Amino acid sequence: MNSYLKLAFRVLGRRKVFTFISLFGITITLVVLVVATAIIDDTFQPRKPESRFDRVLTISTVSMIGPNMTETMNPGFGFIHDYIYTLPGIEAASAFSESSPIVIYRHSGRSEAQLKRTDAAYWRILDFRFLQGRPFTADEEQRGALVAVISDGLRQRLFANRPALGQSIEIDGRGFRIVGVVPDVPITRFAAWSDVWVPHTTERSSDYQHLFLGNYTGLVLARTRNDLPRLQREFADRVKRMPIRDPKSFTHIEAGLDTRFESYARDAAGNHAWQLRLLIAALAILFMSLPALNLITLNLSRILERASEIGVRKAFGASRRSLVAQFVFENVLLTLIGGAISFVVAAAVIAALNRADLVTNAQFELNLRVFGYGIAIAIFFGLFSGAYPAWRMARLQAVNALRGGAR
Amino acid sequence: MIRLENIDKVYRTERVETLALQNINLDVAAGEFVSIMGPSGCGKSTLLNLIGLLDAPSSGTLAIDKQPVNGTGDKALARMRNEKLGFVFQSFHLVPDLTVLDNVEIPLLYRSMPGGERRKLALAAIDAVGLSSRARHFPTQLSGGQQQRVAIARAIVGKPRILLADEPTGNLDSQMGEEIMTILHDLNRDAGTTVVMVTHDERFAKRTDRIVRLFDGRQVA
Repeated sequence: MNSYLKLAFRVLGRRKVFTFISLFGITITLVVLVVATAIIDDTFQPRKPESRFDRVLTISTVSMIGPNMTETMNPGFGFIHDYIYTLPGIEAASAFSESSPIVIYRHSGRSEAQLKRTDAAYWRILDFRFLQGRPFTADEEQRGALVAVISDGLRQRLFANRPALGQSIEIDGRGFRIVGVVPDVPITRFAAWSDVWVPHTTERSSDYQHLFLGNYTGLVLARTRNDLPRLQREFADRVKRMPIRDPKSFTHIEAGLDTRFESYARDAAGNHAWQLRLLIAALAILFMSLPALNLITLNLSRILERASEIGVRKAFGASRRSLVAQFVFENVLLTLIGGAISFVVAAAVIAALNRADLVTNAQFELNLRVFGYGIAIAIFFGLFSGAYPAWRMARLQAVNALRGGAR
Repeated sequence: MIRLENIDKVYRTERVETLALQNINLDVAAGEFVSIMGPSGCGKSTLLNLIGLLDAPSSGTLAIDKQPVNGTGDKALARMRNEKLGFVFQSFHLVPDLTVLDNVEIPLLYRSMPGGERRKLALAAIDAVGLSSRARHFPTQLSGGQQQRVAIARAIVGKPRILLADEPTGNLDSQMGEEIMTILHDLNRDAGTTVVMVTHDERFAKRTDRIVRLFDGRQVA
């Protein structure tokens, strides 16, 4: 190993142009993949205010399936009330509406913002840190009190440095009293993201409370992670027994309580989380293919250059397998060096992304998990691009190799 | 020690078939020093490559240390080369990116052996060819004769019973050639190593136990 390591470094040092071209390609590839990993990690890993999401299930789509048509929408509040709130053995259940754009007028100013309608349980499932005030209560929810929690970003836009608690903002022609202020939430946190949260009971009509399909999403906080499969089975049973309201058009209903990843999978790749994992892996491999092919070509072009060494090693007892191991090792080392450089570059790219606020309020980071994934990607890339050239090198006939030939 | 029976070697391309060796029968006893001579292109190196298990005969049987090698797999052949054979090439074939010490260690890398012991054996082999002071040098920092001595150290570090030398003095001046021949004779005499050497130099060949002569791929003496 020590000998291979020394040789690998000397080969890299001797062929500076080759090393530069290879490292450039590897670094660009890995930077993109590491940044993508940081974004995916930020999206899927439980993090404030969704840090309990490792034991949260969501329902965001319901499909009514018929022989000639399919209708897919968010569940309505009535659906969540009847089939989610009543699930047995849960810690809490909540409903919140899709974020909808609103305009808030205050004094002479006009601010655009996102509004979510929700219930009091929402604040138990999501662990918002309140910068000022408090969440609205179950009592306020029941009474349809005109109270609101706002984000810190909106507070600054509306009130600058003046106190916000107790102030009133006008939404849809009515004044809502601010009772709490929470930090800004990244747009990637779909359950938490908004600027204004008000009780769902402040809707002007109560018709929404009876809707089977609508614009709500349901959240279920299980007592433990082990409860998740049981709750999913229980809900699946309920779906089977749901009455079909228009049996002429629809024959059955499809809906599932999903983990966060499954929820994305349902949107992106049908019903199966493994399909989304496969899709992400396939995209990553596809993205790696072009630079890997480039590296493979560069490595193959160097067979002639190292033919003598291969011949000597074979003459002195190297088997094909040990030669493959040596050349793959060298390639993996090269990609790990590229990986180290790419971490530095990726950190700068992520800092720039965060500063530019391209993804609203997002604060992506290079944490240990992303670092681990990055190392794994670099090693995979090294194996992927090194295996074939190594196999070709190891198959060289010793006699030809010693003559300097490449067959 | 080495037995070749009715060995033929044919090189085939799409259009041409070249008979490089024809009906070679050769026995080399343990401890013998044999030289192979003949004009250029007569098959000397081909014969040495067959004995060194670097190439396979087209027909005939070959045995090393009473062990037939026909049909042996890559891994077993690699082990035989590692344990029984040592090679010295005309153009040295040292790995330019490795120091003298690292080059000499190469055969031992393919044996299960602790690094410390490997290093000790390599230094002993380098000492045996009189290059202790050059162990940390790179091949390009050495003269031709010194490089060939490194190649001999690499060939003997694993204590093989057979040493195969392909024109070991071919790229050296007469004085350095003499030095190399002295080392090979010492190895043969003191360690009992069987040596098979391809050479063009009649003077060196005459100092060996036996001369095998080839002409147009045939054994003529």
